[in-house]
Amino acid sequence: MADAKPKIVGFCCEKHGTESVDLAIRSGEQYDASVRLVTVPCTGRVDGLHILKALEDGADAVFVLGCLEKNCYYDTGSIEGRKRVEYVRTMLSEVGIEPERVEMFNASSTMVWKFPEIASTMSQTARRLGPIEPRGDTK
Amino acid sequence: MIVAERKPLGEIAEMIAPYEKVCVIGCRSCVAICLAGGEKEVNMLVSAMGLLNRRTGRTQNLDGLVLERQCEKEWVKEVEDRILESDVILSMSCSLGAQTIGDMYPEKIVVPGLNTAIFGVPEEQGVWSEKCLGCGDCIIHTTGGICPIARCAKSMLNGPCGGSSDGHCEVNLELDCAWYAIHERLKLQGRLELMDMVRPPKEWNTSHSGGRRVIVREEARLTSHQKRATEESQ
Ligand code: SF4
Ligand code: SF4
Repeated sequence: MADAKPKIVGFCCEKHGTESVDLAIRSGEQYDASVRLVTVPCTGRVDGLHILKALEDGADAVFVLGCLEKNCYYDTGSIEGRKRVEYVRTMLSEVGIEPERVEMFNASSTMVWKFPEIASTMSQTARRLGPIEPRGDTK
Repeated sequence: MIVAERKPLGEIAEMIAPYEKVCVIGCRSCVAICLAGGEKEVNMLVSAMGLLNRRTGRTQNLDGLVLERQCEKEWVKEVEDRILESDVILSMSCSLGAQTIGDMYPEKIVVPGLNTAIFGVPEEQGVWSEKCLGCGDCIIHTTGGICPIARCAKSMLNGPCGGSSDGHCEVNLELDCAWYAIHERLKLQGRLELMDMVRPPKEWNTSHSGGRRVIVREEARLTSHQKRATEESQ
């Protein structure tokens, strides 16, 4: 399993989030993960349920990428996104799933290095944790 | 409104662990407004329990649905099939909904997904505060519209106590002193003389202390003839 490319889902806002990803890809930045990006109008649109569903449907890790806080296209959308991520992390901990499978990131459209960095962080986490499946220590 | 909070997911998981078919039922009324047991919360709970089961390697059929009002039999009746098919009902409404289902289907096991907490009001997004204890004999016309039973830690009828300090309550300095608030409100209304009014001990038999309360409105009840006619028309 450790050799398979981890499955990662990223919810990106269509402003700075997606623009920073596009810039990284156009600039030929390399990243080692299978990342499925879902564009949302704003990370304030990301619901906890979207994140849980992505995990339920087989993602090993999920990230949400929004504008920098205080520089959000929709003013406070990325703050909302962060709060939802935090709540889902609490729920995951309560059911014994590693909360670090879900992370919030922020970028401005010019941060070309950000997306490869996120892909690598999330893929390392996913490889370390493996898929959500029975572990030896659970009943 | 009734304000409730979701129980920790671990506690919920333990309650439903012995059962294969779980029907998770939310409510679109108070508990949806306080973000505890509406449609979104039911779906998130079903999803989180699905992940827990994946991690623990078990299969459990989790069926999530939401009623308009879980405390009214008519709405519950609409999902009777799904209730009867399940091994356990996980109620995501306040305890009134859970008990309505339990009383309608006494052979079914109903477990509470929420802790029903207070009669409260939304103060701001994400904050609800208690404002009434349902004493059954309201006196807030004498206290500037502020309930001393619910909002004073000692439920004092003639306050403040000696511990009121800078508008805060001695029992917990993070709480507002209800009697300070009453004084300020009465001052604003030019009715400070009400502070001198002596409120005699309350008749607590109108509260829960007098035993379980049932409110009957005779003019609203159906006669036996009307009940029969209603049953026949269904
Ligand atoms: S006096 Fe009684 S009925 Fe009135 S608000 Fe207080 S607890 Fe509720
Ligand atoms: S400080 Fe005020 S609110 Fe607290 S117990 Fe005394 S009178 Fe009641």
